[in-house]
Amino acid sequence: MQLNLDARVYGEALTELPHDLYIPPDALEVYLEAFEGPLDLLLYLIRKHNLDILDIPMAQLTAQYMVYVEKMKVIKLELAADYLLMSAMLIEIKSRMLLPKPAEIAEEDDPRAELVRRLMEYEAIKLAAQRLDAMPKVGEEISVAAAYYQHIAETKPIEVSLDELVEAWRNVLKRAKLNSHHKIGKQELSVREHMSQILRRLKADGLVEFSALFDGEIEVLAKLVVNFLAILELAKEGLIRITQQQAFSPIYLQANLGESLSEQI
Amino acid sequence: MKEPDNITEMKQVLEAALLTAGQPLSLDDMLKLFAGRMERTTLRMLLDELKQDWQEKTLELVQVATGYRFQAKPQFSEFIARLNPERQSKYSRAVMETLAIIAYRQPVTRGDIEQIRGVAVNPNVMRQLQERDWIDVVGEREVPGRPSLYATTKHFLDDLNLRSLAELPAMDDFAQTEIPL
Repeated sequence: MQLNLDARVYGEALTELPHDLYIPPDALEVYLEAFEGPLDLLLYLIRKHNLDILDIPMAQLTAQYMVYVEKMKVIKLELAADYLLMSAMLIEIKSRMLLPKPAEIAEEDDPRAELVRRLMEYEAIKLAAQRLDAMPKVGEEISVAAAYYQHIAETKPIEVSLDELVEAWRNVLKRAKLNSHHKIGKQELSVREHMSQILRRLKADGLVEFSALFDGEIEVLAKLVVNFLAILELAKEGLIRITQQQAFSPIYLQANLGESLSEQI
Repeated sequence: MKEPDNITEMKQVLEAALLTAGQPLSLDDMLKLFAGRMERTTLRMLLDELKQDWQEKTLELVQVATGYRFQAKPQFSEFIARLNPERQSKYSRAVMETLAIIAYRQPVTRGDIEQIRGVAVNPNVMRQLQERDWIDVVGEREVPGRPSLYATTKHFLDDLNLRSLAELPAMDDFAQTEIPL
């Protein structure tokens, strides 16, 4: 039977358990970590130390548990409650054993029977848990075959018609007008430079919405035009792909990495 | 490729699908491979043959709760483990005991688990098991408070290489000597 626990109190292995179950309160936390609860502790005492449930001096034990509960209010109140419940149960059993039985209920069950049933059930579960733990599991001992397979997506991007592109362009102009300032200035605008800027952006962001390319600093009409020309030029040279899921939905731009661009990168 | 019309080709299609699936394929999944031109009984027979074909190789075709999958034979696991030295740490005793109670006594409420273990259920424990997709809520018990009833999932069986709960080690195996009164 596997009941070997590595419980240590003050650095000493917990092989000799105090018969009165007294654990120094300072060591309590260490001690409780070694056991999964009062049932586990009791089971350990019974199996390993042939403890007779009824031999435990109850009054003393209760007094000690009360000290724990005081201490554990800070640490683990719930666990303290579980241990308290167990000692209450032991006391109840003991008091019922000590009381003389009236003749008419001589057939009463042994008060210890329920506790023994619970202990045995817990013991079985504990061993079942160890068995489950030892079974090979996927991700640990079992490796599932997952040979690589290139899923070819069957998505056909809808071609964007010129009309739609023009419509999108008009919207850009409309928006630009809304927040246009009257500015006079001279600027050399290069379509090529914008092409590079757009490509760089597409390379960094992947999929970019058409209108997003007109955000930001660009507000001068000429600059918008150059930007749009740059997009058309890129499309013409096959450096980008312009797609749209369905009519009137946003238009997306994407670098065409598959072809000429891949050589440049 | 044209539709497979002999056993060898059918087995090749099955094999390719199973090897690339990365998870168990159910019979229904595999029937889809043949676009309606396959009988269930034939499929089972093909799977049996495939299992035989692979007997001498490094992978084995096994049946688990949700279907069939190829997995490395057990003797290779210690080598494969070296690829991932930072393996998932073992679950705590609390987690494994809770799992055992759910597996053997399902469906159970948290109260049932607490009754058997004699300690309060730590919500963290339930969360870990749910995140692993080993347990889920299957209903509520018709008592005040309507506590959730927990059960193990098919994924749990898959992960433990089992076809059904009946394949878990019998609870009787864990019966110990009577505690003397």
